Amino acid sequence: MAAEKIYWNKEIETMGRDKMKALQSERLVKQVKHVWDNVPYYRHLMEEKGVCPDDIKSIDDLHKLPFISKADLRDNYPDGLLAVPKSECVRIHATSGTTGKRAIAFYTQKDLDIWDDCVARAITAAGGTKDDVVHIAYGYGLFTGGLGIHGGSHKVGCLTLPVSSGNTERQIQFMQDLKSTILCCTPSYAAYIGETLHEMGLTPDDIDLKAGIFGAEPWTEEMRQEIEKSLGIKAYDIYGLTETSGPGVAFECEAQTGMHINEDNFIAEIIDPETGEVLPEGSKGELVFTSITKEAFPLLRYRTRDICILTREKCPCGRTLVKMCKPMGRSDDMLIIKGVNVFPSQIETVLLKDFNATPNYQIVVDRVGNADTFEIKVELSDEMFGDTVKSISELEKKLSADIVQILGIKAKISLVEPKTIPRSEGKAVRVIDKRKLV
Amino acid sequence: MTIKQLSIFVENKPGRLSDVTATLKKCNINIRAITTADSSDFGILRLIVDDTDKAIECLKADEYLVKITNVVAVTAEDKPGGMASIMKTLYEANISVEYMYSAFLNPSDVTACLILRADNNENAIEALVDAGYKLLSADEMAKF
Repeated sequence: MAAEKIYWNKEIETMGRDKMKALQSERLVKQVKHVWDNVPYYRHLMEEKGVCPDDIKSIDDLHKLPFISKADLRDNYPDGLLAVPKSECVRIHATSGTTGKRAIAFYTQKDLDIWDDCVARAITAAGGTKDDVVHIAYGYGLFTGGLGIHGGSHKVGCLTLPVSSGNTERQIQFMQDLKSTILCCTPSYAAYIGETLHEMGLTPDDIDLKAGIFGAEPWTEEMRQEIEKSLGIKAYDIYGLTETSGPGVAFECEAQTGMHINEDNFIAEIIDPETGEVLPEGSKGELVFTSITKEAFPLLRYRTRDICILTREKCPCGRTLVKMCKPMGRSDDMLIIKGVNVFPSQIETVLLKDFNATPNYQIVVDRVGNADTFEIKVELSDEMFGDTVKSISELEKKLSADIVQILGIKAKISLVEPKTIPRSEGKAVRVIDKRKLV
Repeated sequence: MTIKQLSIFVENKPGRLSDVTATLKKCNINIRAITTADSSDFGILRLIVDDTDKAIECLKADEYLVKITNVVAVTAEDKPGGMASIMKTLYEANISVEYMYSAFLNPSDVTACLILRADNNENAIEALVDAGYKLLSADEMAKF
């Protein structure tokens, strides 16, 4: 006899399509009215498109609504899209990046409860129960990773270890002493923990981990196999973005063939990134989310810029929630390096500030072992070139410090000779990403 | 009296010094003094040449990053203590030397030539001249 399938919310996770559509429709109609009444910017966008709440009667009318993008979030920084009084909010999170690029998401208590519920489904799908010890090695802070998983782990009733990232030997010590069973962090950090474990002369038999929930950056099937082997676990992917809440928008089940989207809270669409046209099921295109239960920071048709495919094929786990594949790329120039969102324009801003001009530069990203490497090559110009090694080294140091301040991650700065960064058809190639992530 | 020094930015990679000197050879430039300053990733090649303007033109044509810095060329007797007395003169005048190196010598001559960059070249010149040192002009350097 097959073991009974365990779900956190069986009714929702295995709901029939028609019933789910009805639920989504009901919530969408309510949400559209909520933003129309409370967010002047949304009302303005809708008026521009000639739509009013009465035009949205069900999920079939979703395509009538305007898109919202990261640029809208930036224009409304910090709280222009807030849909409830600030006194109703209990927390914020923010994306990495400069003030200009930073998106701030506000949460009411109900928003946090729903988020926790989404994460609880992910933990349950990874085999987690109240008997588990969830070891959270995501960073805590404005980043949604740490506190997001933390809330879900509490909800399931797991013993939650808020270890945060860093100090890997201590992480392993904790795993041994407290018998951690589920590890949650970025996949590259999981791989590093695996390497460190072996360097310490230990094997997976010396720890009690059985599963890992990894997200916040792209990772491959090969990486999954490597992590599973080095830590002796089953590794599950999780997807989310700060703008829509954080990790838990979608989660992987035991089938490990894509992530189930929590459709009762997020309606997913795939569009043509050029025309904005909604593409039929199974098409490859840009993923768009509408958060239909969020109170504080609702987003209607938010363009994630992630390129993806959705599928409704029957999943052996029994869940009926639509599945998304691992993001296959971006429809903009954003890079995810060491789990941090990086836009080339942010680097240009730093160069402009430090040099009063934009020199030719190139971002080189690679993956050595399982860790990202990040190098910025900058062509030295007449104005930047001093006669002493000291003056140039100081320039390098300043640039390096400013990059850390803006991006939160360190880059190797390489000052190179003029005209040495290859140009393609006269246009400098700004980004070389040697990682093979798709 | 200062003379013009060329500073060239070179990345630390094989063949770069060979490339730079080949450019100078191509333009028939004679090197009168040369030194390198380096970090782990790049170096600065400092040169005194017989025809500075022509050298700059050639190097720029080959896309090198070149900077001109005024330096002092001072001669001293080529014997023990020759260097020590120059340094003492500068120290007593409260002048810091940022870097220095020696120029190519004529073997029949008994003088040594030191190229130096001070924190304040004008004060350095005054101190050295007052102490009786002979400074070289660009023309003299070219022929030296």
